[in-house]
Amino acid sequence: MLGLSKKDRNLLILVILLTLATPILLQPFPEGSALAQFNAGYPDLMQRFAIYGIFAIGFNILFGLTGYLSFGHAAFLGVGSYSVVWMYKLLSYNVLPGLILAVIMSALFALLIGFISLRRSGIYFSILTLAFAQMSFNLAYSVLTPLTNGETGLQVYTNDPQVLMSAGSPSSPHFFGIVMNESAKIDVGGWQFTFSNGYYFCAIIAILVFYLSLRIFRSPFGIMLRAIKTNQTRMSYTGLNSRPYTLAAFVISGMYAGLAGGLLASMDPLAGAERMQWTASGEVVLMTILGGAGTLMGPVLGAGFIKYFENIFSKINDNILHTWFSALPDGLEDAIVFMLHPFIGKGWNLTLGLLFMMVVIFLPGGLIEGGTRIWNLVTGKNKKRGVPGKAKEHHPTPTPHVN
Amino acid sequence: MSKFQINRRGLIKSGAAIGAGLALPTIFTSSARAYLNEPKGATVTLGFNVPQTGPYADEGLDELRAQELAVQHLNGEGDGGMLNTFSSKMLKGNGILGKKVQFVSGDTQTKSDAARAAAKSMIEKDGAVMINGGSSSGVAVAVQGLCQEAGVIFMAGLTHSNDTTGKDKKRNGFRHFFNAYMSGEALAPVLAKAYGADRRAYHLTADYTWGWTQQESIAAATEKLGWETVNNVLTPLAATDFSSYIAPVLNSGADVLILNHYGGNMVNSLTNAVQFGLRDKMVNGKQFEIIVPLYSELMAAGAGANVRGVYGSMNWNWQLQDEGSKAFVKSFGEKYGRPPSNSAHTCYVQTLLYADACERAGTFDPCGVVAALEGFEFDGMGNGPTLYRADDHQCFKDVLVMKGTDNPTNEYDTLEIVEVTPRAQVEYAPDHPMFAGGDLGQCNSGA
Repeated sequence: MLGLSKKDRNLLILVILLTLATPILLQPFPEGSALAQFNAGYPDLMQRFAIYGIFAIGFNILFGLTGYLSFGHAAFLGVGSYSVVWMYKLLSYNVLPGLILAVIMSALFALLIGFISLRRSGIYFSILTLAFAQMSFNLAYSVLTPLTNGETGLQVYTNDPQVLMSAGSPSSPHFFGIVMNESAKIDVGGWQFTFSNGYYFCAIIAILVFYLSLRIFRSPFGIMLRAIKTNQTRMSYTGLNSRPYTLAAFVISGMYAGLAGGLLASMDPLAGAERMQWTASGEVVLMTILGGAGTLMGPVLGAGFIKYFENIFSKINDNILHTWFSALPDGLEDAIVFMLHPFIGKGWNLTLGLLFMMVVIFLPGGLIEGGTRIWNLVTGKNKKRGVPGKAKEHHPTPTPHVN
Repeated sequence: MSKFQINRRGLIKSGAAIGAGLALPTIFTSSARAYLNEPKGATVTLGFNVPQTGPYADEGLDELRAQELAVQHLNGEGDGGMLNTFSSKMLKGNGILGKKVQFVSGDTQTKSDAARAAAKSMIEKDGAVMINGGSSSGVAVAVQGLCQEAGVIFMAGLTHSNDTTGKDKKRNGFRHFFNAYMSGEALAPVLAKAYGADRRAYHLTADYTWGWTQQESIAAATEKLGWETVNNVLTPLAATDFSSYIAPVLNSGADVLILNHYGGNMVNSLTNAVQFGLRDKMVNGKQFEIIVPLYSELMAAGAGANVRGVYGSMNWNWQLQDEGSKAFVKSFGEKYGRPPSNSAHTCYVQTLLYADACERAGTFDPCGVVAALEGFEFDGMGNGPTLYRADDHQCFKDVLVMKGTDNPTNEYDTLEIVEVTPRAQVEYAPDHPMFAGGDLGQCNSGA
């Protein structure tokens, strides 16, 4: 079905189920309990999981398959956001024209940047893409202020043309009347689940692009990209020109990033220049490596992991710690809070950094490798198959037949 | 799993089932709430959104301290601080409207995106009815827009750009802090008195929205008094070494350098300028001077001895001797062992003002709070008689002109108050050209 092997089809079905059930899965603790702090099932964060998942899936097509490490993908994210907000300003709050424009614009940008950057490989390629992204950031931050509104970020004002707006149309982003920031809340026992339109919109797009990336991974084109990663020199000796392939991969992953950027602006009608900063480019690299570069699910997991820390750990403050440990004697309580203090609130970066180090040291294949090891442990499969360096993705798999 | 097969009929069936399952929840949702995040229990949650990482982290952490203190005072813990000096006597130290005040905090990272994500999580996850904080105008404008869309109140923290209550003003957003225009109007007369009315000024301006409005404001105010603007050079935000921008100043014939920089930019540019010996030069027969329009205690501390004798402006300073300021400095000092910064003061006051507005309105409904704050006149908060103007939600109050202390006695004694510029001198019409183009819109309660 859908041109997938049985294994891939099961993977896709698993992804669909997980994605659709996210609002329930991310809300494991009842409201009002001390652990409710760790719930992540609120619309904004779930949307970010899906959107940054798309971003990382796209990045993985370039980095995971061809091995070209781009440090400039945030530029496309920003281009996508600006496109969508401009469509709000000019046409109406319907997200569709904006998303289409976002993908087209980011493809054009990727074509230009890729055409120049891909003349070099390795570290030189990374530096070139980084330079382009920083250039885009600085342009957006100050030089192009009439177009981007600079530091303040591009927003929709009441005096914007919005030529397609009629009296009854929604005054926030919507998809043919489905308003993104509307949600349904259901209380089940002590739990509260939020099913948001915006999340499901992102989730459905995420499933579609995941399917697309699955097909790319399994296609002859994908095999060609892997060949580039394995040994580009040998490829050129055999008479193959690899540049069209890398450029195509670069443009595709740029389009994914543009789509993700567009979705960010679809959930929240604002485009800021920080979205293009090098830290944002670095973040997607971290997401991909953390989850497992070159695997299908890895980048999505990595994206979720990082966004979770950014949004949940940064909000834990000393007061919350004190309530957790209030049962302990005063001195001990203060001591524990004092010890945990550097790792929460403003220290979320530190916690994330430590975890990142541990993953890189103990699980070189990323979170996916951790999952595989646990799975092998549970099912009692031969441990050797999970050993780093011999992980499945490093061995050529037989080409599945494509319908 | 090997028997798992999907045919078209099965797909349609299961698709319909999933669709129905997803649509089901909408049946149960009621639209009975009066406004977003209406506090139902015995507590009310406020959201404090400050930069805890990034370039303004110090400012942000000081804001967070002040906000925690405000919550304590609202709940009747501690010595009550400014509750005792505030002209409105609605707050009794029993929370807000009888509900105990809780707070959640988030990290803006001084990035619009991260700030909006943090604010959204407070609104969506923690049920915050008000967002307070921020340490840059870009963030304030972005979060203000978000609060307007979502339907909660935004009480801006440190934001100095004219746009926050100018072209980006919103009905649900309020700014207590002063703005670039006020800085210019307050500083110019003091500068003219100290340095004479025939000066030639050279501007170095941070190349983003705040820098531009600051430069525009101070240039207009000084030109009105006879100064000439020789040149305005835009510097990139990420610049750390300003030597190449300072060398041309000496050959331009200017005798005053105005640094429209903030934070790390200001520390570096001022240090460079002093190291180049600008302040020892005589140009046009006059002593060369440097001016920093917007000061903060933390920046002054960062620039060390270089700020000595340099003029600037501030919203509030801990050395003020009115009852409100003394009460606030005392309780802040007792709790944290240091004097509060002016960003801490503005966040503290904003939190109390919000609480008081809820009490006077008798509700947490944003539309009620907006009505209570618009045109509200108060005193006892450290800035003298203050007005929250209804036309643009900007506070009008006295502005401080500061000078770097020549002989500091301790590590917090970096700036001294030169003049308290009266409110009348910094007032302007709501349709002033520097603030034109905005629209407050309608209040949004998120219902």
